[in-house]
Amino acid sequence: MYGNLSIVEPLRGVEQEDPEKLAEFEERIARGEKIEPHDWMPREYRRQVLRMVEQHAHSEIIGALPEGTWITRAPGFHRKLALMAKVQDEVGHAQLLYSAAETLGKPREQMINDLLSGKAKYSNVFNYPALTWADTAIIAWLIDAGAIINQTLNSKGSYGPYVRALERICKEEAFHLKYGYDNVVTLASGTKRQRQMLQEALNRWWKPIMHFFGPPDHMSIHSEKLLRWKVKMASNDEMRQMFLDAYVPKIWELGLSIPDPNLRKDPQTGRWEYSDPDWDEFWRVINGNGPCNRERLAVRRMADEMGAWVRRALLKPETRYLEPLF
Amino acid sequence: MSAPQTAVIRSLDPRITRLQIPEQLPEFQPKPPLDEWEPYEVFWKEKPGDQPIHVGTVHAPNAEMALAFAKENYCRRGRTAAIWVVRTADIFTFSPDDADMFATVPEKTYREPDAYKVAQKLLRFKRQHAAGESHGT
Repeated sequence: MYGNLSIVEPLRGVEQEDPEKLAEFEERIARGEKIEPHDWMPREYRRQVLRMVEQHAHSEIIGALPEGTWITRAPGFHRKLALMAKVQDEVGHAQLLYSAAETLGKPREQMINDLLSGKAKYSNVFNYPALTWADTAIIAWLIDAGAIINQTLNSKGSYGPYVRALERICKEEAFHLKYGYDNVVTLASGTKRQRQMLQEALNRWWKPIMHFFGPPDHMSIHSEKLLRWKVKMASNDEMRQMFLDAYVPKIWELGLSIPDPNLRKDPQTGRWEYSDPDWDEFWRVINGNGPCNRERLAVRRMADEMGAWVRRALLKPETRYLEPLF
Repeated sequence: MSAPQTAVIRSLDPRITRLQIPEQLPEFQPKPPLDEWEPYEVFWKEKPGDQPIHVGTVHAPNAEMALAFAKENYCRRGRTAAIWVVRTADIFTFSPDDADMFATVPEKTYREPDAYKVAQKLLRFKRQHAAGESHGT
């Protein structure tokens, strides 16, 4: 989940809000109304939504990197075009999301500073390498499938500008998913070596995919308030179950095996059981010690610094900053 | 980057290794304000003759680049007939705190056609008139 880190810090200061205004705000959300930038909102709502949208934006920017380097090596011109379009989509999503996040009062430069200095978080999956072409196929299919589950739910959320950005994003993600699936099925129906490459990529990505929706519910103590405010639309475990329900059968259908001997659907409860996907590794990677954390930030910083002279050359002295209207 | 290059980042991805990014990055310098330029508001028309609707914002140094970014961000899929961009600073609007100035609009029913019950009045008039005429003969 792109905003899964919003659960890391406890909610604070909600009891200091004006109880009448807070009640009115919660009634509006319960009625299905959208909260717009200039509406009254609890400070904690602003902080949590800003953090979630900002993390989502950073995830799109960094998420373009593992796939981006495969553009020159994509097998065939059609796949090269498609991958370029997908990577460009992801960068565009970041632009839409930064615009939505800005309406909560944080200028874009500050958000990018927090990303480049290593202060801000982004989705953990992008700290793993795409070793082969099959890795890009697995990313485009299964990571984007996870993102779609998360984003489709969040597009029913309460913050207007985020919801509108997500509606646009979901339309484009649908292509990513189908493109990824097409690549996976092509490899699965290919030579023995291609099938093996695909299986190895799935083995590498299974743990990060299980991490994708965030830590289990028993680790997130205050999800309930965020669910009531429609900042989160489903718990991490609920989303993980939705993903397993939809995609495990599709993976098995291709004759691939999932590297978890304990993965099974309990016929009584209808819920998937799985091995502990090593949450210590999840925390280790989030805190900067994954296989690619340093590389991702270094590449991003280099790109930013290489473009700095262009941005400065075009900057006009009379420019002033304003919050976008929305 | 300008740090002394003692070693470069060795990546699993040969293309990254070729970028020669130093192992030891120079200290991070925060971006100055407005490094990402100023915001423009984007308006979009799906079909000719549609009224443009506001779809979001872009940051750009001038109108030409704002248009290019708006096209890339908001017209990537589906149909588009036109996009407009305008500097956020050039838009004049009432403060959101004054939104209640529009609250009385629905109350001013004397400006609505439904507020005028002409048919009933006319019927009454016709009845009276018919009664008057019969008295006269």
